[in-house]
Amino acid sequence: MSKDQTIGEALRARGVSRRGFLKFCAATASMMALPPSMVPMIAEALEKARRPSVIWLSFQECTGCTESLTRSHSPTVEGLIFDTISLDYHHTLMAASGTHAEAARKAAMKENEGKYILVVDGSIPTKDPAFSTIAGISNVDMLQEVAAGAAAIVSVGTCAAFGGIPHAKPNPTGAMPVSELVKDKPIINVPGCPPIPVVITGVLAQYLTFGAIPELDELGRPLAFYGKSIHDRCYRRPFYDKGLFAETFDDEGAKKGWCLYKLGCKGPITYNACATTKWNEGTSFPIESGHPCLGCSEPDFWDGGGFYKAISTPTADISRTAVFAIGAGAAAGVALGALNRAKKKRLEKEHKKVGVDDLEKGG
Amino acid sequence: MNTPTPAGCNAEPGNVATGNVIPLLHEIRHALQALLDDGQETVIDLRSIPLGPGEEARIEAQLGRGEVQVQLTALGPSELVETRFPGVWLVTHCNNDGEVIGKFVEICAIPSLVTAQTADIRAGLVELNAQLN
Amino acid sequence: MSEPELLIWIRGPALQIATVIFLLGVVVRIFEILVLGRKPNLAEARGSAVAGGLRTVFARSIPDRGTLQRSTFNLVAGYIFHTGIFITLLFFAPHILLFQDTLGLSWPSLPTQVIDATTVVTIIALLAVLVHRVAHRVMRYLSRFQDYLVWLVTILPMVTGYLAFHRIGLTPQHLITIHIASVELLMVVFPFTKLMHAFTLFFARYYNGAMAGYKGVNS
Repeated sequence: MSKDQTIGEALRARGVSRRGFLKFCAATASMMALPPSMVPMIAEALEKARRPSVIWLSFQECTGCTESLTRSHSPTVEGLIFDTISLDYHHTLMAASGTHAEAARKAAMKENEGKYILVVDGSIPTKDPAFSTIAGISNVDMLQEVAAGAAAIVSVGTCAAFGGIPHAKPNPTGAMPVSELVKDKPIINVPGCPPIPVVITGVLAQYLTFGAIPELDELGRPLAFYGKSIHDRCYRRPFYDKGLFAETFDDEGAKKGWCLYKLGCKGPITYNACATTKWNEGTSFPIESGHPCLGCSEPDFWDGGGFYKAISTPTADISRTAVFAIGAGAAAGVALGALNRAKKKRLEKEHKKVGVDDLEKGG
Repeated sequence: MNTPTPAGCNAEPGNVATGNVIPLLHEIRHALQALLDDGQETVIDLRSIPLGPGEEARIEAQLGRGEVQVQLTALGPSELVETRFPGVWLVTHCNNDGEVIGKFVEICAIPSLVTAQTADIRAGLVELNAQLN
Repeated sequence: MSEPELLIWIRGPALQIATVIFLLGVVVRIFEILVLGRKPNLAEARGSAVAGGLRTVFARSIPDRGTLQRSTFNLVAGYIFHTGIFITLLFFAPHILLFQDTLGLSWPSLPTQVIDATTVVTIIALLAVLVHRVAHRVMRYLSRFQDYLVWLVTILPMVTGYLAFHRIGLTPQHLITIHIASVELLMVVFPFTKLMHAFTLFFARYYNGAMAGYKGVNS
């Protein structure tokens, strides 16, 4: 496909009728969590939008985000969106490697300077740049180099958005999220471990359609997908409100689909689209399959106390602290008590007895 | 095509209610009245409403099937079905793998996707001209 | 610190600090009382001190008629909010999980609507108690800064807990963080204030009962 084609032209060239294009726009609007009334506007915007160049950098990651996005190989809406962008560099997906791949990257950067979208997955190690390198270039350097000419940055996955699993205690590599290393470019965080595939493409689609960053929350996440907590959209909410909880994974409550709070569900403090958009094209999401929410789209969810420990439990070992405190208190109490007794005896000894004569004399 | 049922789900279908089925039917009722009064068309995205397992099937059962079923093949199959309430259409879009990519309730005389699009008519005329010349 | 990181800290190191201050403080004060002991009574015992002491610990939970008549409001409102606090603290499912995690003990919970209603009643009773303290001449005269402080740190967990459960006002993470922080505030203030009555009341009742029982009378 030619780079100068608009998305509308690119689709028509692939034999997609206008009907097909409108169906595509309706599905895209749904994917972007936009109301159906916006479909004509989306159709008009996509018709005219130019195919942007996308450079995808993978740093300290498990490739799960790329896998989540590319699981299906036949044309899906996600696939179409992906095809209409010009993915100029992705070292898992692209055929080239080594010097050719790096040359492709540099060429794309030069040709589209100031206009390309930089997509990052994986966190960036900072303790020693050698911990993660691509073609001999450290992640830190590559990020700064590519970010300099980007129009916008999309941090895909919790690792790129918040540090993710490498950032978990004790963070041996000094892993940092993109937003802590790049301060002068607009950054969209699309967290999740992995993020829901339609959320990734939905955000890209929003950028294509509106040519601007969508509305973000305080953690830089698009409000369209991360504006509501899992808890507020969970179909098991009536059970939470009534206090009916599953105690184990296979008891009567679990079989009846009761709330998973006691099994460690982090739904009340997690923002993501899982409860409405769901996974696998709307099949289900963890809670619906009987597993408590991990809170994977929130920072430091790995250090949140444990996946199977409820939100009301501490994240530190309080029992040990308590035993220490009681022991120290007992020791201190005995010591202070002994001091008090000694003081009492001393005062008793020093106490001058006052007799009637003393009183009469001076008063 | 079938709506994929939740796989490996411990809850019995239809056992949990989000309470969104009745409000949705009310919304459809209001939209239908608006269609009758001043021709206003409404599209409701079923994917934007949290529904428990089995509730989507329950809504479809309530709406039923009417006199018209339209099969559309563009970027995968789609079905546009008039429910037993004329003017209320259930539109299901699938991709080439048969996976559902969009589900809508459209309250209108006929969903816009059924009518032939001007650009397509023009393209077809060009092809017909080429074939006859 | 972002909201999620603050919540993790409140549930972790902050809670550890509060626990240390609370337990160390309470245990020190109890041991001080015990080690100081009571003056030995050199008279011959006419009855059992222990029996008298234990009896009084339980008997004083029921107010005598005179006190009930003279301080009806304080007694009734006091019983209501104390009972309410115990019910919400001990029988709300997420709290029981906390105790299970730290103490290894667990017990059945009450339905959430019951806890919800109890919280509202308790908050009303606490507000009534404050109004009474300010409006009643004698109460107002006797009240010091500590009385108001103790009232505040008691009502805050109730109010913040209610708001956190119903997700009113701020983001859910902030609400839960504030609720846990309010409990930690209560824990930190506890050993330095009249809140120690939660433990010392048993000593007070026992000593009174023991003195009387030794003399062969009921206290």
